[in-house]
Amino acid sequence: MHQPAPQWLIWTGVVVVAAPSALCLALGVATAIGRGPSERMIVRWVQAAVIAGLSAALVVLASMLLLGTRHVAIPMGDWVAIPRHYQFAVTFVFDRLSVPMAILSLVLSATIGAFASRYLHREPGFRRFFALYAIFLLGMVVASLAGTIETLFAGWELVGLSSALLVAYFLDRPAPARNGLWVWTVYRFSDAALLLAAVALHHIRGTGDFVRLLGEGPWPAGEADLGAWPAFGIGLLMLLAAAGKSALIPFSGWLPRAMEGPTPSSAVFYGALSVHLGAFLLLRIGPILEVSPPLAAVVVGLGLASAVLAYLAGSVQTDIKSALAYASLTQVSIIVVEIGLGFRYLALVHLLGHACLRMLQFLRAPTLLHDYHTLENALGGRLPRGRSPWTTRAAGRIYRLAIEQGHLDGGLVEYVVRPFTRALEWCDRTERRWTDFLDGNGSRESERVPPSPVSIDEHS
Amino acid sequence: MNILELPWLDYALISTAIGSLWVGRQRDPLRAYSWGLAFTGGALACAALAWLGFVLGVSTESGEAMGLQRRLFGRVVFALDELSAPLFPAIALIHFLAALATARAKMRRFSFTWSLAAGTLRLAMFACRSPWPLIVLLAVSTVPPYIELRSRGRPTRVFVVHMATFLALLVMGWGLVEWNGREAPAPFWATIPLVLAILIRCGSAPAHCWVTDWFEHATFGIALLFVAPLSGVYAAVRLLLPVAPTWALAGLSIASMITAVYAAGMATIQAETRRFFAFMFIGHSALVLVGIELQTVTSMTASLCLWFSVILSLSGFGLTLRALEARFGRLSLRDFHGLYPHSPTLAVCFLLTGLACVGFPGTLGFIATEMLVDSAVEASPMIGVSVVAAAALNGIAVVRAYLHLFAGGRHASTVDLGLGRRERFAALSLATLILGGGLFPQPGVTSQERAAKAILRDRARIQGGTGPDHDRATAQPAADRLSSTAGGIEP
Repeated sequence: MHQPAPQWLIWTGVVVVAAPSALCLALGVATAIGRGPSERMIVRWVQAAVIAGLSAALVVLASMLLLGTRHVAIPMGDWVAIPRHYQFAVTFVFDRLSVPMAILSLVLSATIGAFASRYLHREPGFRRFFALYAIFLLGMVVASLAGTIETLFAGWELVGLSSALLVAYFLDRPAPARNGLWVWTVYRFSDAALLLAAVALHHIRGTGDFVRLLGEGPWPAGEADLGAWPAFGIGLLMLLAAAGKSALIPFSGWLPRAMEGPTPSSAVFYGALSVHLGAFLLLRIGPILEVSPPLAAVVVGLGLASAVLAYLAGSVQTDIKSALAYASLTQVSIIVVEIGLGFRYLALVHLLGHACLRMLQFLRAPTLLHDYHTLENALGGRLPRGRSPWTTRAAGRIYRLAIEQGHLDGGLVEYVVRPFTRALEWCDRTERRWTDFLDGNGSRESERVPPSPVSIDEHS
Repeated sequence: MNILELPWLDYALISTAIGSLWVGRQRDPLRAYSWGLAFTGGALACAALAWLGFVLGVSTESGEAMGLQRRLFGRVVFALDELSAPLFPAIALIHFLAALATARAKMRRFSFTWSLAAGTLRLAMFACRSPWPLIVLLAVSTVPPYIELRSRGRPTRVFVVHMATFLALLVMGWGLVEWNGREAPAPFWATIPLVLAILIRCGSAPAHCWVTDWFEHATFGIALLFVAPLSGVYAAVRLLLPVAPTWALAGLSIASMITAVYAAGMATIQAETRRFFAFMFIGHSALVLVGIELQTVTSMTASLCLWFSVILSLSGFGLTLRALEARFGRLSLRDFHGLYPHSPTLAVCFLLTGLACVGFPGTLGFIATEMLVDSAVEASPMIGVSVVAAAALNGIAVVRAYLHLFAGGRHASTVDLGLGRRERFAALSLATLILGGGLFPQPGVTSQERAAKAILRDRARIQGGTGPDHDRATAQPAADRLSSTAGGIEP
């Protein structure tokens, strides 16, 4: 059994979540009433929130080390309860998995906050960026510290929405909007899988509390009290959710699309934090993987396949952000393999190190040409270039596969999206014929009326 | 005498009815707007006081002498119960906000007279539990939309065919139920017409085309006010649920489930904002029905919460679309418009209300959707998967519409296209309710739980089942107060 934590420690833990919540609230209210704060004010708010959250997280970590406790639960009570029928409990947990993840989220967000305050200085979307940044930070902290699967789901969705809207950050071109929609679609699919897994777990165990779902022992020592087949089914849903969030096969195509966003968001979200959230979920449900070896095998297989594909696709990229995106995916896939093989601590350390390294690489990406010129000036000539490895016929085939990113996006469009939209378009045409028949003439008035700003001068 | 003992419900109805007559005499659109706003505001205040009196358990018996119902009908026909108490002010609120947020360019087109008349009927309908008066109100409430279409010179046949079929089936079904005995489970020959009537009024596939057609041809504000309260769902709860056998509810549940997924899918491919919105409404109406027909405390509570959430969030969503139309005309979802820089508050409101519809965390719909999924999975994994799929597709449709309207291009304009003060107030009021209800959902859930238990008890009384008896020990006093009559039909 876990010992109850002292009250001061609980309140310190609450600050970790309250700080980004307050930032969200402040930026949201300021935006809604139309009196947006100045850039300087926004930066101060961000600094205050991140420093408060990070300091509190560090205090919790230090206290846990000093007190020798490995698990601090902060029950916030039931958000909603219908006695004997339904319960949505909010609990935050500080353990060996959540504390590093929360600290990582806060440290990287702090770095990005400082970077973005200069990088996006006087950009028209400065406020919008930081409003989405605040939602993202809150989502990451909530997901990291979630003690119940419902709480994790709430954080998961906040991360998804803010990430997709940041991909569509640049409003004057269609490509970011299209890519943002693609990312959001994949995320919704992943959210649906997580929600179903959460509900299934809730029904099997009667609770969404991770301690009861995954065993009493502190992470990673828990033992899930689930049968092999329920564990396999629920685990597959979780894996689907993780695959969507971490861009594993078959969803890998969204990662390079996400690079449409501004560099700070690419760095912190797709390079460092967001893309690791799927791996974090698999780490959290580690005890379920232990119950079902076939599920662990599927995790390893998916990780290996994603790693190979990401390596190949990354090798043929011609722009630095896409290359970094695939390099990131390669490492995330390897982390997934480690999780499937049961090396939880290795995977956690790998995740933390990779997130920091990749974020720094992304932040350096805009100055890459400058760095190359500096190097070449120092060397007094061009940097040496290796021979192209794609000269043989077999290599050529692999090259085509890599340049098309394994035809994953194409496959999804061809075999999932297109049949879906074609079927619905057929239904739409049938409906039109039916209403035309009933109306006796063209029933779709909207198709005859071109969009036009009528009487706009009358509008006050 | 306590001020809450006054018959505020009667005053709300009188306010909109007199308002309709008075505004009809105004020829100047601006004066009509001002008077319309005053009367809908008065109705909102009265409705809020009626709700407050109900929640605080204030008896209105002493104040009934000051009302009109006993004088007009000889008895109390309109009264609040656990089900209608939160819906009544919500409907008054959306009427007020729709009037408030009417852009000056649209004041000539938006009929405040008919809006107030329809508001009276709608408020009366949601305060009515007696079957035949309710059926009469459902029938009469289809008249203002018909006149709206006629006065605009738009085709009416799709609307008329569907509404006539709905009313014929409803009258036939309820007539057969009465003939069989209202306090007994309805036989299949009485149930079938009732089920079909409800399916048509709720816009369930394949009888949903009247909704899209209605949005095509009516003014957006009037169209929104007609569909947003989900009157068909109210008819289902009051008329069908207490008497329908389980197999009928199961059939209705399957039809609603298919409709929810179909409408959500259709919303993702629409090329025009009004049709997109119409499918959003159809999908959410079906989702509410799914939960109601599962007949468990959780599913019923979830559905009632979702119903309340849908009224507010879909109305807010509709009002933002209406504000967009007032500025840019009808908008295509094939192109990218890039309107965000011109009206960022509108964009935020669009996204917030849209996400609230689909149950995003922190909004009013989140807990309702969570509970609905939970209870649906308990009833049948297939229903659970369908509800999740519908929610996921609705989410995709909302963000797709947002990106098409507010991102992806540049829109040049020489005039200020930002929200006006009245529109901003309307949007922020709804946003506050959506977020406030989302962050602190327990009071709303508790209230809806009481309503759900009362509805289930009423059904159990007629069907001869046990109902949510095991909950009676923990039920709130208000539920006990309503144990015999609340929720379903009035004996």
